[in-house]
Amino acid sequence: MNIRQSFTTLLNNLVVQILQLSRNLLPSLLAICGFFLLCGIVLIVRGQNPWEFYTTILISGFSSFDEVGSVLFNSTPLIFTGLAVAIGYKGGLFNIGCEGQLYVAAFAATWVGIHLNLPSIILVPLCIGAAMITGAFWGAVPGFLKAKFGAHEVINTIMMNFIAIALTNFLVTSVYREPGQMIPQTPQIHEGARLPRLAGVLFFLPRSNLLNASFLLACACVVICYIFLKYTRWGYELRLVGNAPEVAEYGGINPHIVIVWVMALSGAIAGLAGVADVMGYRYRYLDNFSSGWGFTGIAVALLGRNHPFGVFAAALLFGLLNKVALDIELTLEVPRGLFLAGQGLLIIGLVCMEGISKRSK
Amino acid sequence: MMIFDLIPSTLRMATPLGFAVLGGIYSERSGIINIALEGMMLIGAYGYVVGAHASGSAWVGLSVGICLGIVLAILHAIATITFHAEQIVTGIAINILALGITKYLVPTTEWVPGLPQLQLPLIGSYSILVYLVPVLMVTNHILLFKTPWGLRLRAAGESTEALKTLSLSRAKWQYLGVILSGVFAGAGGCFLISDVHYFTEGIIGGRGYVALAAVIFGNWRPLYGVAACLLFGFADSLGLSSQWQIPDQLLKSFPYILTMIILAGLVGRSRPPEALGKME
Repeated sequence: MNIRQSFTTLLNNLVVQILQLSRNLLPSLLAICGFFLLCGIVLIVRGQNPWEFYTTILISGFSSFDEVGSVLFNSTPLIFTGLAVAIGYKGGLFNIGCEGQLYVAAFAATWVGIHLNLPSIILVPLCIGAAMITGAFWGAVPGFLKAKFGAHEVINTIMMNFIAIALTNFLVTSVYREPGQMIPQTPQIHEGARLPRLAGVLFFLPRSNLLNASFLLACACVVICYIFLKYTRWGYELRLVGNAPEVAEYGGINPHIVIVWVMALSGAIAGLAGVADVMGYRYRYLDNFSSGWGFTGIAVALLGRNHPFGVFAAALLFGLLNKVALDIELTLEVPRGLFLAGQGLLIIGLVCMEGISKRSK
Repeated sequence: MMIFDLIPSTLRMATPLGFAVLGGIYSERSGIINIALEGMMLIGAYGYVVGAHASGSAWVGLSVGICLGIVLAILHAIATITFHAEQIVTGIAINILALGITKYLVPTTEWVPGLPQLQLPLIGSYSILVYLVPVLMVTNHILLFKTPWGLRLRAAGESTEALKTLSLSRAKWQYLGVILSGVFAGAGGCFLISDVHYFTEGIIGGRGYVALAAVIFGNWRPLYGVAACLLFGFADSLGLSSQWQIPDQLLKSFPYILTMIILAGLVGRSRPPEALGKME
């Protein structure tokens, strides 16, 4: 009897959980369906076969381990920026500054990687640490300005984006440019600072596949963020300040301090997206290397409902889109602007649904 | 090299900003945050190229550009005012959308006609839009601060309740504010093309965000806002002239650094409209 009772309560709980999950996921799924539907309609308007479009996506994304590896490679920086935005959002802060944070962080990692020549086991953590600290600083400044002067973090993170772009552009063109090069890029970092490609370990990936250890770092980051948010005191403080700052204050939490460290944490995670590019792919700093990852991170966080696992899934989707955009352009002659425009509409649709559901509560 | 030699380039740099700033002020004064100035300027520039190329007339280009700016503005308004969508995210999404549209329907890269120039004694010869900025600055200042119409529009941004007590619809005034921002930002984008005659992908180059900075720097007032544009435009043209040994990147970040300082209240005080970004 007792066992049966506990079993039914367990089942009930499970049903409630699943219902809640599906309610949380519904807007995201609707938005994704709308996105692909829209793409199909555009293809019909162009006089092309939409099925060909969908199959091209599937083939280009999943037909071999090589393709899947490339999708994962493309989603790696988006996992980081998505997490960064999500962590900020949970803390009631809007970090639009990921783009700037990842630039300065990438430059810091490059700087350390160029100037020190040490074995991997020391140099890799040093580079990652330098990147995270720089990214954290770039994020903490708007946080501090908000905590101390009440200046809106959105405006300040936007401003810091442009300052970061100008600063790294100056450094890479005037100070650290590779001698004799027209391209604005630094020399390569030392061997010891490079993250290994996974193709060497996973036999089913061809040698040319770009998937590297930064993807594992991203996966670890997702799990750590999940545990951090759910099971630690700091995670609790962060969520409390994000949801009810007054309550947090009565509870003895100083929201001003939390604001600063949440922005710093968010900046540090965004900085890892720079690490993924410099230490995992290019092995050098190339001016303007990010293709809007910081902004795509906002879409990723939104689509993933600011939940670490949701962010992971959303980043995979956007990584897939980034990967297949090229093939779509080559085989179907559909410019990749379609995906970009579709992304914009997808975000608008999502926030509209969110706004409606918030108002109806 | 005299500082006076920089006046023409300063005016040319400040004009698109001036239009976009007026747009930003209208939207934000009515209580809707507008990060989408960049996208609206881009779509305005795009519309100008498409219209001017198809018809051969700069005026058609200007009208198409402004119309497309209005379309994006209406999209922003529907999402944020009717559906209460997060205003900052919507703004960013509109920027992405505008970029996507220009990359999907790639416009012509050929030469397009510019708007006519007006030659005045002592001042020189500039596009008529350049002369329009000071006129618009003054008229919009009067409209916003000296008329009942402006008072109502500002009331929409200062309080969520004020218009309700007058049994006026806050949403209607906000729609007006956002649509006007599309008109002005679109016109700003048009000026850029009319000035250089060619469309390139990076034509706006963050000017929408500089305009946003100028809105804040100018304390959400047309007179100060346009003055801020002149200052930022001057910094920009300093970077263009090679005589001045200042790194271009430092001058480029000058507006942003200044805005952060102002926003922190370290020098002067910038006060946003009370109900900016608040819906209920």
